[in-house]
Amino acid sequence: MTGSNFFTRKITGIFLFMCLSLSLACSGQPMGESNGSQGGNSKLTGAGSTFVKPMMDKWTNEFGKLYPSVKIDYSGGGSGAGIKAIQNQTSDFGASDAAMSDDELKQAKGGEIVHIPVVLGAVVLTYNLKEVTEPLKLTPEIIADIYLGKIKKWNDEKIKKENPNAALLASDITPVFRADGSGTSDVFTDFLSKTVPEWKEKVGRTKNPQLPQGVGIGGKGNEGVMGQVKNTPNTIGYVELTFAKANNLPTALVKNAAENFVEATSETVSSAAAGMTAKMPEDLRYEITNAEGADAYPISGMVYILAYKDQKDTVKGKNLADFLWWAIHDGEKYVKELHYAPLPAELVKKTEAKINSLSNGGKSLRP
Amino acid sequence: MAKTGTTGDKIFRTVLLIAVSIIPLIVAAIIYMMVQNSLPTLQRFGVGFLTGREWIPAQETFGALPFIYGTIVSSVIALIISVPLSLGIAIFLVEQAPKNLAKPISFMVELLAAIPSVVYGLWGIFVLAPFVRDYLGAFLQKYLGFLPLFQGRLTGIGMLTGGIILALMIIPILTAVVRDVLEVVPVTQREAALALGATKWETTKVVLGNAASGIAGAVVLGLGRAIGETMAVTMVIGNSPQISASVFEPAYTIASVLAANFADATEKIYLSALIEMGLVLFFVTFAVNALAKLLIIGVSRRNGVAKA
Amino acid sequence: MAETNSQNHGRRKLVSSVMTTLTAACAVFVVAVLLLIISYIAIRGFSSISVQFLIDTPKPVGEGGGIGNAILGSVMMTALAAVIGLPIGVLAGIYLAEFGNNWYGNVVRFLADTLVGVPSIIIGIFIYTLIVVPMGRQSGLAGGLALALIMIPIVARTTEEMIRLVPDAMREGALALGAPQWRVTWNIVLPAASTGIATGAMLAIARITGETAPLLFTALNSRFYNFYLDQPMSSLTVQIFNYATGPFEVEHAMAWAATLILVGIILVINVLVRFLTRKRF
Repeated sequence: MTGSNFFTRKITGIFLFMCLSLSLACSGQPMGESNGSQGGNSKLTGAGSTFVKPMMDKWTNEFGKLYPSVKIDYSGGGSGAGIKAIQNQTSDFGASDAAMSDDELKQAKGGEIVHIPVVLGAVVLTYNLKEVTEPLKLTPEIIADIYLGKIKKWNDEKIKKENPNAALLASDITPVFRADGSGTSDVFTDFLSKTVPEWKEKVGRTKNPQLPQGVGIGGKGNEGVMGQVKNTPNTIGYVELTFAKANNLPTALVKNAAENFVEATSETVSSAAAGMTAKMPEDLRYEITNAEGADAYPISGMVYILAYKDQKDTVKGKNLADFLWWAIHDGEKYVKELHYAPLPAELVKKTEAKINSLSNGGKSLRP
Repeated sequence: MAKTGTTGDKIFRTVLLIAVSIIPLIVAAIIYMMVQNSLPTLQRFGVGFLTGREWIPAQETFGALPFIYGTIVSSVIALIISVPLSLGIAIFLVEQAPKNLAKPISFMVELLAAIPSVVYGLWGIFVLAPFVRDYLGAFLQKYLGFLPLFQGRLTGIGMLTGGIILALMIIPILTAVVRDVLEVVPVTQREAALALGATKWETTKVVLGNAASGIAGAVVLGLGRAIGETMAVTMVIGNSPQISASVFEPAYTIASVLAANFADATEKIYLSALIEMGLVLFFVTFAVNALAKLLIIGVSRRNGVAKA
Repeated sequence: MAETNSQNHGRRKLVSSVMTTLTAACAVFVVAVLLLIISYIAIRGFSSISVQFLIDTPKPVGEGGGIGNAILGSVMMTALAAVIGLPIGVLAGIYLAEFGNNWYGNVVRFLADTLVGVPSIIIGIFIYTLIVVPMGRQSGLAGGLALALIMIPIVARTTEEMIRLVPDAMREGALALGAPQWRVTWNIVLPAASTGIATGAMLAIARITGETAPLLFTALNSRFYNFYLDQPMSSLTVQIFNYATGPFEVEHAMAWAATLILVGIILVINVLVRFLTRKRF
């Protein structure tokens, strides 16, 4: 009996202790709630695109060194999570690899949303072919045929025609696609829809591509696609440029609108955006796939910061505007080392105007 | 004394009743939320949602059948692998192994329950999938290739690999619960069997018969975990909504389509379809559990165990 | 007759030794696979572990960084989940075992089994709509609640199984001495089943500590140390998820290292729970 009493006492004791310590944690003052005074401490939270997370980590950290009172917490979670966060106002800003649709904008609870491009990315095709040493050259038609299951072998005439010197064997091609809804798939399918009519009809532009039955395997996330391509011979997959560069994957040269085979680099991606800036609408919601320009990499895209035009909290709004301004100017020097592409000068101008449009009760937040 | 006893009992029972009622409350609230959020597809597709074989979000075509198939088959594969193994290891730990060997082993097995799903997934891509492709799959194809089960393209990514990953993930919970169940079977049972001249294995069989309902409970828990597993399966199953006889072909499960797409889905109708998938999963689990219950009752009857 | 008997005996002996060997083989096989997984994680992550790694917050890629705030967040949310989930789960389990042999018990048992199979991501979505959206932000509180919901059915069912296995003789003996039912349950039955209940609790804690999906929507993540439950909170699993899914090799190494730490923490909790609930004779 003493044993059992000891047992119950012990358990009760542990629970009381845990409850006590947790209630202490609950009653704490929320951190970072600003009192409206300018330049005060402020914590900004953001969610969204995982693709841009390494970039945001670098930027928020460097910005924090310059302005220690401003704490910016970017948590990733996926572009969709970023859109939901800004719609439901659970974060101060969102980030997305694709512009919000009209329908999505309508569901935003806090009024008008501004799209602010901060950095560019690209989707590259990577493959696992031991015998091939030179980068493969691929046309939109070849890519579409592979992903539609029409080209089944690596030594198909169409591939050989563009790559006469490559050691292509009669092995089965296994295409790998992104199975999770992603901006990567969106950019990839948008490019193919613009260039190959059959693709547009059968698959179309979508975050969730469905290939014909029995063609290809789906990977979860960039890392999933990359892992499967790395481990499985004769596969081909599409991943973000940063993944390919950081892991030294072979990447194919892709034929652009000017009929040149272009390698994906920071320069060719920036050049794609430069060629299209003039065509962008006022709200900057635009796809820069299949861009004009001799050296434009055709499967490129923009990453947007999403924020409400009317910032309810002056301090937070001002800090956000200052941070974004800093990111596209002084912060630009960190872009290439992380294998992203910087905004071209033309686009920086348009983006500046967007940042300056952030306001509080009609008053602009930036001097 | 008796009076305080009854008051105490009343309070005790009420407290317990409140605690236990939280479970149906949670289930009801979750079902309510899911029905509420999946109304658009519920109204638009009705039963067709369950029987449809096409899943093309871009064209707003939603059919759940390949996912239901994938969920059930991958879980069955997981159980076929993990149940005998877990039973074996649990019997070994309780009936045979010396205490100073049993302790560290069971300890280790329990630790495996804590490894995050995504880590299993990465391990699956880098270690398990190549192993299935080059050794296990190749072996099965060579000797059992005449069965449709083992035909087709062998990439290492597919139903079989998904099932194996699931098996590994549910072995800890299965083993731990079965071990505890076996441990509580009274020693007198074993002594009685041995006294009657039973061999070691026959004694174990008596013990197993007595623990049948507990073991079945463990299997249901493991099955639950397998059905609801997301991240790890998604990384190795190939994520193609198709119904194929071959276990080498890619497949998809309900839980993994949810995990892979919910975060990035913003279109109302697509979100609705995904949440309805969650609802479907609920009912698949319902059905599987009901089936398991029937099996348990059957087993207990056959073994003549009085307590069901 | 005698001959067949001895033949039979020989066969029975053989079957027995074959089966005994088989179970040992199962153990060896499973342990080998488990060692394989652990050593794979260890090999890939060990070089990243340092004191700095344990106390630092995440940094941009290439600048080091650690998982200090993630460990704190995981511990806080798991503790919250345990404080809510364990009592409810254990009490529910007691009800099911002692008073649950009626239709209500059967229904609850069935629902609990179903709830175990609900993917944790659905629990995450549920808490997101219930707590996060009204509150206007993700928080450690929401994360802890989501984990508690996952715990309750597991704890309830394992507790029930363990209590059922306590021999009726113990209950009857105490009742015959005039003890009220609640005292019998609380002071006799519960301690007798304590080791099993502790296993169940451990499994549940291990399971929720390894959960990523429900936290992604509820607790989100943070790169700062955070001591308050009403703020977004980092956790080991979400941090592992971020590191593992990032493009850079150094991040992957940190993911494996953080996994090792996570397993280590579970080890410590396990030892602690075993120590506190061990039977005193």
